[in-house]
Amino acid sequence: MEHMSVAERMARGVLVVLVVLFFLFPIFWILLMSFQTNEEILRIPPSPFFTPTLANYSALITGKLVTAAGTLDIAFMRNLWNSVLLSTASVAIALILGVPAAYAFARFKFRLGEDIAFTLLSFRFAPPLLVLLPLSLYFQALGLTDTYIGLIWVYQLIALPLILWIVRGYFEDISPDIEYAYRVAGHSWWRTFTRIAIPLAGPGIAAAGLLAFIFCWNNFVFALILASAEKQPVTVGALAFVTASGIQYGQIAAAIVLSVAPTLALALYAQRYLVEGLSLGALKG
Amino acid sequence: MGKLELEAVSKEFKTGKVLDRVSLGVEDGEIVAVFGPSGSGKTLLLRLVAGVEQPDEGRILLAGRDVTEDSPEARGVGMAFQNFALFPHMSAFDNVASALTARGAPRNVIRAKVEKVSALLKIAHVLGHAPRELSNGQKQRTALARALVAEPQILLLDDPLRNVDAKLRYEMRLELPSLLKASGSTVLYVTQDYKEAMAIGDRIAVLSDREFTQIARPAEIYGKPATMSVARLFGDPTINLIPVAPLASPTGTTIGVGGALLSLPPGFAHLAGKACVLGLRAETIAVEDTSSAQSFPVEVVAATPLNEKTLLLLRTDDGREILASEPGTEEAPRRHGPAFARFDPGAALLFESASGRRVAPQTA
Repeated sequence: MEHMSVAERMARGVLVVLVVLFFLFPIFWILLMSFQTNEEILRIPPSPFFTPTLANYSALITGKLVTAAGTLDIAFMRNLWNSVLLSTASVAIALILGVPAAYAFARFKFRLGEDIAFTLLSFRFAPPLLVLLPLSLYFQALGLTDTYIGLIWVYQLIALPLILWIVRGYFEDISPDIEYAYRVAGHSWWRTFTRIAIPLAGPGIAAAGLLAFIFCWNNFVFALILASAEKQPVTVGALAFVTASGIQYGQIAAAIVLSVAPTLALALYAQRYLVEGLSLGALKG
Repeated sequence: MGKLELEAVSKEFKTGKVLDRVSLGVEDGEIVAVFGPSGSGKTLLLRLVAGVEQPDEGRILLAGRDVTEDSPEARGVGMAFQNFALFPHMSAFDNVASALTARGAPRNVIRAKVEKVSALLKIAHVLGHAPRELSNGQKQRTALARALVAEPQILLLDDPLRNVDAKLRYEMRLELPSLLKASGSTVLYVTQDYKEAMAIGDRIAVLSDREFTQIARPAEIYGKPATMSVARLFGDPTINLIPVAPLASPTGTTIGVGGALLSLPPGFAHLAGKACVLGLRAETIAVEDTSSAQSFPVEVVAATPLNEKTLLLLRTDDGREILASEPGTEEAPRRHGPAFARFDPGAALLFESASGRRVAPQTA
């Protein structure tokens, strides 16, 4: 790094700027769009100069969408709440089930252990639509269609394998001797699990939880098929802006900004846990 | 306190049997050094006693109580792991205190005990630090303090000096025996360093080929090794092993070494005609300028002066290389060239070639 020439440094700077522009420009443009009316968005040529309006946000928050064809009720805030509820509950359950399971897979060799772990991972391979049709029939028979419990259950297909496999790797990285040392000192295996294994795998658990949360949050197809408007998350709710009188680009942009905000906030908050390297210096050398 | 007994303990892994019906009794307050080449199962032995591994067969008794099926936390042993295995997210204090918190000791008792053992091990000033901020020597002492703090009946130390620098290892080798004696615990001490085993152990248990080849006091292990392999493991330089065929003669039993006939002390007549190996420790061979009755001609090939002794590489007339050592002197080391190596019959060790076992002289 120290040996870079001026030309190299400049080239590097230019490339970084290009990459940042490429990835961030759409997000920036959406942010601008969320403060514009549909007419301003659709004018040709497009311009970054406009009179900002909060109409899109107020429509979303009050739930009244005023279009040329009349006033339409939208359930965006409800959808947002559903997203929070579904994602949080799904990740919480997946952590409660997945972390002990990951520990078991990491520490104990048992019959069919690898097969079970792989089967759980294979849920991630199958296209969701493939399982959704039969699943919707079962859900109808079981009375789980259009319930939070049903959706949270299906979301385990997303969250559980992710948490299981990421956290398992972190548990495997902890020297078993550290846990044995705690047990030889007189602590039960449960205390060893909660006081040694979980804190040491903490960064991994946080990372897996965050990732699972984002995957759940972004899911579209499960809720589209298995739930009605009442229980659907924002990803599905955004479809409501495709109305009979046209596509409401301004509201869509505002909806995107609002729905990205919670995951972004969570990611920023969890960052320090992700970076923390706790296992350093545990062993020799 | 407690006696430790292993009764015919076996353990097998996929790669093969590591321990085969191993038995060992460690008396109350005794320090037994378990010594053996790497991969001989020394660490496994400790882990079996700690309950971290389960034996396939056999019983383990602590203070007369069968603990074979007990979980590690129910055994009340203290163990220092070779890789220290400190808890990285806890301070050195909490690491040391962990054995006491498990027993639900009151806070002031914990503090007093941790401070006492830390003062003893000279880590009192680093108790607030995280393990990653400690030097290797401090980590090793913290691990030792953690094992000692709860005054366990049985203390298991897995090569605790392996990962510390030479100077500290030397100091600890001097300090540890009294420290361990003061703790009153029964100690099983694993090491790969024969000098450490001799310095620390009341007895040494030599583990090789899946079992204990010899369990004896250090002097006995050195002077009367049970097998050729034990003889080879103890001593620096390594013992000279020379194949010989004892012959019966009117004056006693003789062996041919380097073209000379040497007489063995009485009691080896039964070895006449059998293939044997003569074991000669370097310090029992005296290198002289003149020939005598019990000497054979050699050529001094190389001389390495080490402060307290001079190591000599000798070559016999039939091309065999032998190491001898002489006490170091102020004078110039011995010149290269022809000389005579004098054999001390009293210090000779004889092993049966086939079994590798040492043959004791028979008394008539």
